[in-house]
Amino acid sequence: MLGTTFLLALRSISRHKLRSFLTTLGIVIGVGAVVAMVTLGKATTAAVQQQISALGTNVLQIRPGQGFGRGGGGPRPPDFSPEDVTAIREQIAGVKAVAPQAQASATAIFEGANWSTTINGTTSAYFEAQPWPLTRGRIFTTAEEASGKAVCIIGSTVQSNLFRGTRAVGQRFRIGNVSCDVIGTLSTRGQAGFGGDQDDVVIMPVKTVQRRFTGTTDVRMILVGVDQAWSTRQVQSSITDLLRERRHIDPGEEDNFNIFDTRQISDTLTGTTTLLTRIVAAVAAISLVVGGIGIMNIMLVSVTERTREIGIRLAIGAVAGEVLLQFLVEAVVLSCLGGLIGLVVAQLVIIVAAPLMQVPFIFDPVINLVAFAISAVIGVVFGYFPARRAASLNPIDALRHE
Amino acid sequence: MADPLIKLRGVTKVYGSGPTAFAALKGVDLDIMEGDFVAVMGPSGSGKSTTMNILGCLDVPSAGSFRFRGHPVEALDRDQRALLRRKYFGFVFQGFNLLARTSALENVELPLVYRGDGKAERREVAMAALEKVGLADWWDHTPAELSGGQQQRVAIARAIVTSPKVLLADEPTGNLDSERSVEIMELLSGLNRDAGITVLMVTHEPDMAAFARTVVHFKDGLVDRIERGARTALPANT
Repeated sequence: MLGTTFLLALRSISRHKLRSFLTTLGIVIGVGAVVAMVTLGKATTAAVQQQISALGTNVLQIRPGQGFGRGGGGPRPPDFSPEDVTAIREQIAGVKAVAPQAQASATAIFEGANWSTTINGTTSAYFEAQPWPLTRGRIFTTAEEASGKAVCIIGSTVQSNLFRGTRAVGQRFRIGNVSCDVIGTLSTRGQAGFGGDQDDVVIMPVKTVQRRFTGTTDVRMILVGVDQAWSTRQVQSSITDLLRERRHIDPGEEDNFNIFDTRQISDTLTGTTTLLTRIVAAVAAISLVVGGIGIMNIMLVSVTERTREIGIRLAIGAVAGEVLLQFLVEAVVLSCLGGLIGLVVAQLVIIVAAPLMQVPFIFDPVINLVAFAISAVIGVVFGYFPARRAASLNPIDALRHE
Repeated sequence: MADPLIKLRGVTKVYGSGPTAFAALKGVDLDIMEGDFVAVMGPSGSGKSTTMNILGCLDVPSAGSFRFRGHPVEALDRDQRALLRRKYFGFVFQGFNLLARTSALENVELPLVYRGDGKAERREVAMAALEKVGLADWWDHTPAELSGGQQQRVAIARAIVTSPKVLLADEPTGNLDSERSVEIMELLSGLNRDAGITVLMVTHEPDMAAFARTVVHFKDGLVDRIERGARTALPANT
C-alpha cells in the first residue's frame, strides 16, 4: 500500500510539474542556503586553522610590552638580552628550540630592482621551532652564525620582487649597505591571520644583523618551539616566571613582556568563525521554515482543488487513513525532492564560491544528511494539516463539490 | 421467503437543527432482495438521493435501522463503513466522476489498489472489467479522450471490478443522449441478470426505469408506492 501511495504521489507531482517546482522552491532555497552556508563556514574555519598551523601550533612568541590592547604609556620596556635567550634554552623544561630575533628594515637592491623589506636576524633554531620548509638551498651553518657572515635566506615575496623569477640561490644582492649571498629560498606562507605578509622577509644570522644593522646585542623577540609532549600553557607559565625574575619585576607588578601562544589565537579565531557560521545557518534555517509553509499552502489548495477526487476515493472504499497517507506522502515526496535539489544547488554554490573566498572545497556528509532529514520532517509537519483536512471530508459533500 | 439483502425500518434523516431543521426522510421502510433491479423515482427533494446515500453507506440515518445482510449498519463507524463499501458496493454517478488525466485502466484499478491487490492481479482483473463493458481496446485513454457514454462505461467497470453485491447508480444516464442511455441500461441489466449483482438506480426517466424489475416511488421523504414485477413498462409521460 505504501509503495502504491508513493507511486500515486510521484504521478500527481509529475502531472503538475510547474506547480510542484514552485511549491518546493522554498525548500530548495532553504536546504541550499543552509548547506552552502554551513559548508563554506566550515571551509573558512579550516582555512584559518591551516594558516595558523603553518605558523606552528606549538610555538610561543615572546615580545617586550604588554600585548594587544593593554599598556600604552610609560617608558618603552627593554628588549631581551642574549642571556635571556640562553636562560630559556637551558632552564626551561619542554623547550625544543629557542631562536632570538633581531629585526631591522632596509631596502634591497639587485640589478636595478629595489624592494623595501624586513630583515630578521635569527639562528638555525628558528627553523627547528616552527615548520617553514625551503624551496631551494640550505639554512645557516653554525660557523656562519658564529662569524656573522653576510648570508641570507629570502621569503617568496622578496624573491619575486627582486629576482623576478630568475634563480636567486647563489646570487649576491645589496641590502642596506651590506652585500649578501642568497643561500636559500623559503616556501610561501601567505598572509598571517592577523595581517602582514609573512613572505616579505630576508632572514640573516642574528650576529650579522646586530653588527651591521641594529648595533646592539639585544633582541626584539624570542621564538620558542615547545616539545609536542609538553603543554604550551605550562611552558608559557615557567617562561613567565623566569623572565619576571630576570627582568626584576616585583610581585603584583604587571609583566612588561608578553608571550603569544599561536594555539590560543587559533582557538579564538576558530571560535569566531564557528559562531559566524552558526548565525548565518540560523538565518538560512528560517528560509527552510518559510519553504515548509509554502508546501502547506499549496497542499491546502491542492486539497480544495481535488475535493471531488477525494470524494471518489472515499466512495470506492478508501478509509480516512489512506487518504491522509496519500496527501502526507505527497507532501513528504515534494519536500524531499526539494531537499535533494537543494543539496545539488548547495554543492554548485560551494564549487563556485570556495575559490572566490579562497577556502578549500569540502563535502560534509553530516550537514547534507541533516539538511535532507529536516526537509523530510518539514514535509511531514506541514503536510499533516492539509492531509488531515482531506481525510476528514464527508464523501457526499466531496462528491458534490464543483 | 429469504431475508432481504437490505432492510430499512423507520429511517429518518434530518439536516440541521432547531427551527431550521429539515427532515429529508420521515420514516422510510424498504426491503431490497438480493439480485433485484430497483429503480428509485420521485420528484426532486422527495428523499430518493438521501436514501441512496444511506443505502450506499455514504451517509448515516438520523434514526431508524438499516440492516445489510442482517447486520446493523448504523452501528458502524466511518472507516468500517468505508470497508463495507469497498467490499460490497459499487458506485456509478451521473457525472461519471473518473479521475482526470488518468487512464481508463488506472481508473478501473483504483478500487483494487485500496483492496490491496498486487500489480499483476490488478491489471488482469481491471482488464476483464473493461472487457465486460466493451472498452478493452480503450484502456490507455484518459477520460478527456473518451465520449460521455464511454466514460460512463469506464465508471461501471470501476464499480464492478471488485465483484460487489450491490451496484448503486445515481442517474447514470442523466448526462447521456437516449441512444447511449439505452446502451448503459442494457449493460446494467446484463450485469444484474448474468452476474447477479443487485442494482439500485435513481432515475427521472420512466424509459430507464422500465429496465428495472422493481420501481420505488418516493414522495415527501416517504416511500409512496412500490411497483413489482419484471418489466413494469410504465406508461411514458411524454
